[in-house]
Amino acid sequence: MPQYVAMTYTQDVDWTHPDQAAEMVEYSQFGEIAASVMRGGAALYPTSTATTVRVQGGKGGDVLTTDGPYADTKEALTGFFILECADLDEAVALAAQIPAAWNGAVEVRPVIEFPAP
Amino acid sequence: MARTPGDAVEQLIHEEYARILATLIRVTGDVDTAQDAVQDAVVRALETWPRDGIPDQPRAWLTVVARRCAIDRVRRESARSGKEAEAVWLLDSQPEEPAESVVRDDLLRLVFTCCHPALSREAQVALSLRTLGGLSTGEVARALLVPEATMAKRLTRAKQKISRARIPYRIPADHELPARLGGVLTTLYLIFNEGYAARSSPDLVRAHLLDEALRLTGLLHQLMPDEPAVLGLRALELLQDSRRATRIDTTGAAVRLRDQDRSQWDRNLIREGVLLLGDALKRTPTTPDPYVVQAAVAACHSIAPTYANTDWNAIISWYDVLLTVEPTDVVRLGRASAIAERDGADAGLVAIDAITGLSDYPWWHASRAELLVRLGRADEARVARDEAERHALTDAHLRALDATLGRAS
Repeated sequence: MPQYVAMTYTQDVDWTHPDQAAEMVEYSQFGEIAASVMRGGAALYPTSTATTVRVQGGKGGDVLTTDGPYADTKEALTGFFILECADLDEAVALAAQIPAAWNGAVEVRPVIEFPAP
Repeated sequence: MARTPGDAVEQLIHEEYARILATLIRVTGDVDTAQDAVQDAVVRALETWPRDGIPDQPRAWLTVVARRCAIDRVRRESARSGKEAEAVWLLDSQPEEPAESVVRDDLLRLVFTCCHPALSREAQVALSLRTLGGLSTGEVARALLVPEATMAKRLTRAKQKISRARIPYRIPADHELPARLGGVLTTLYLIFNEGYAARSSPDLVRAHLLDEALRLTGLLHQLMPDEPAVLGLRALELLQDSRRATRIDTTGAAVRLRDQDRSQWDRNLIREGVLLLGDALKRTPTTPDPYVVQAAVAACHSIAPTYANTDWNAIISWYDVLLTVEPTDVVRLGRASAIAERDGADAGLVAIDAITGLSDYPWWHASRAELLVRLGRADEARVARDEAERHALTDAHLRALDATLGRAS
């Protein structure tokens, strides 16, 4: 069965802050709706905690770390879900129930199924 | 022009192509495999039919041959990858000649897949022409004035998205149907308009694309003969297309509706369009459908004996109905132009100037220019004409506008 990653792009919020309590309730409601197809996921700390890593000069080169997210955008990647769905229509129908879909946007991407070695 | 047997064969294959492809996509589960298999079958038909004659049931012949070609291809592929191909079993287990109702559903699946909202509108247009219209990649590229390599990339990307993201090959459920059908009609109408008022082409009408658009909408009408919006779009296209012969003069300039030679309008298309419109109106007694109402406006023009004798009251009423379901500035502009005909250029200009959101729309400026000429305000008309040009009014219409301005000065 195909899997999709649904990435939530929203305001760069701190999910642990009491202000987010109401929204977290909505997210747990989504968790219940999607329980049977949820294969994983995570809520992320704000982009102020992000570190972007690059290696300069090819593999084994100098590790260059920068403070902040890869892309500094108005809406940030704040979490993701892994959903197992029969097809894109099912995945989109579920993504539309993630609060981020009305507070920001949800990007749905199919997961590559590598054949077993 | 007399048709050679080869022409007849090609015509027939063109007509059947989408149905055969749609069936093959269902049984192979892959657009590319299906396309290659149908192409194999077409090549074989072009080799043998002109010599041996067209078989009694050409579609069945092509479908059977295409299926066998698909099985061969999948077998070869699975031998190479060493994988047991489920697809071969799937192909073998299906009846060779699907029933008419199955073919119909296959074709609808293909329509809804090509016009899936997860694909960009550009990709939908290209895929529809390629798979439903049966045009080659080169033909699609030429029809849409895009380099062939660009078009090939666009088509590959679209087909890749269908298979990788698993865009389902199915007819939407009843509750999704209105929204999904709306998307299909938008794409078909876009193709029609691209052919009818070719914005990106020096020719006002691109006949090949226009014919293809009419054929695709006709196909959808065969598949969904009871959907008012489909009837409406078909009627709208037929009524607009009935004026094809009179829309450009010998110099390539656009001819305004008021100046068109109505005796040259295609009466058969008008009759068919008006009949479809009547049917569609009966099916939408309470909730108007935008395509049906636009067709009603077009019909008012089609049945008017002369421009001066057009029933502007009726047209304005239809625009009022249209505004209840499609309250856009472009619709308001159409209504304002009708007001100008019924109540005079002054009233029309007031109505047009009341629309504030169309300053980037060439037709808003062109309509203003027309009315300013009529009011004898030549300098302002020229400014409006230049604005229309700046916002990319088609060459053919610009020339018509210039002729109007020239006559006035």
